Amino acid sequence: MRHRLLPHPLLTLVLVGIWLLLNNTFAPGHVVLGLILGWAIPMFTVRFWPERVSINRPLLLLRFIAVVLWDIVVANLAVAWLIVGRPQSLRPAFLAVPLVLKSDLAIGLLANTICLTPGTVSAQLSEDRRFLLVHALDAADGDAVIAEIKRRYEQPLKEVFESC
Amino acid sequence: MLEYLLSFLILAGALFTFVGSLGLARLRDFYTRLHGPTKASTLGVGCLLIASALFFSTRSEGISLHEVLVTLFLFITAPISAHLLAKAALHLGLTSLAPPPEDKPRR
Amino acid sequence: MLTVALSIAFVLVGAAVVLSAWRLLRGPSAPDRILALDTLYINAIALLVLLGIHLGSALYFEAALLIAMMGFVGTVALCKYLLRGDIIE
Repeated sequence: MRHRLLPHPLLTLVLVGIWLLLNNTFAPGHVVLGLILGWAIPMFTVRFWPERVSINRPLLLLRFIAVVLWDIVVANLAVAWLIVGRPQSLRPAFLAVPLVLKSDLAIGLLANTICLTPGTVSAQLSEDRRFLLVHALDAADGDAVIAEIKRRYEQPLKEVFESC
Repeated sequence: MLEYLLSFLILAGALFTFVGSLGLARLRDFYTRLHGPTKASTLGVGCLLIASALFFSTRSEGISLHEVLVTLFLFITAPISAHLLAKAALHLGLTSLAPPPEDKPRR
Repeated sequence: MLTVALSIAFVLVGAAVVLSAWRLLRGPSAPDRILALDTLYINAIALLVLLGIHLGSALYFEAALLIAMMGFVGTVALCKYLLRGDIIE
């Protein structure tokens, strides 16, 4: 019963948040309207969301977000420096990162994170979902970059979304 | 004090946006060009939007947070565009400075 | 102070627009041009935000939000076209 009436509690929270931000107010009327929308939209679109998201360790997720935000700033300074410097000395490379993640959401988040952080863009997910092809802007040592991605981003994501 | 912070954010944002486009114009193959706009421009616009949120929150009545929405939206969508562009480029077989992936995983 | 910073920022973002437009016109391949368009709409958002601060009016955010959404959808549709030769399957 609970699953029918409130299929995705997290989605409801996110929708209320977006509604309040969109209207740029915290007036009680908008909170109520947001709650109604946040309840109705997941209920009517439940078929589009087959996967039920569960966050196992919220604190670790917060820590992960902080790490990623910090990395985005550092990465941008690094990339800016590479662009302003000598483009001839760049050593771009394609790297295949082996994945241990299984769920769609976790892989998507990992690909997003990789795109936003130091000099790497995720390019392709292999058919059997075991490798993520990544293009690095300046990789002298490809294996080190792969190890860094696995340790810094994949490990926390696995613990947050897939610890079973 | 606030004015210094605002000016710093605005200058940093504009500088990052510029560097992103500079990378787009200056680098030599498509895959390296992809890095400039997706990272630098996104962070640049993010900085500008945060500056704008600060500016309107301190200036008029009430706090103004809907800029956060645009920032979040950009930070979620920019990697997706980059991923799709890289995929399209691989599909078309564009030449790249890097040695292409040998056992190229098929889509 | 703020006015000076805003003027410098306008010049920098304007230069960014010119560089992206150059890549859009020159770009040897189709993905290059799409990437240049993508950068152009992000630059347009930056310009709108700067204009909003300059004029002290919060009216420009809806426009910025709309440009962000439409630009993203446009980029995805063009990439889909390159990948599949078709947009709606």
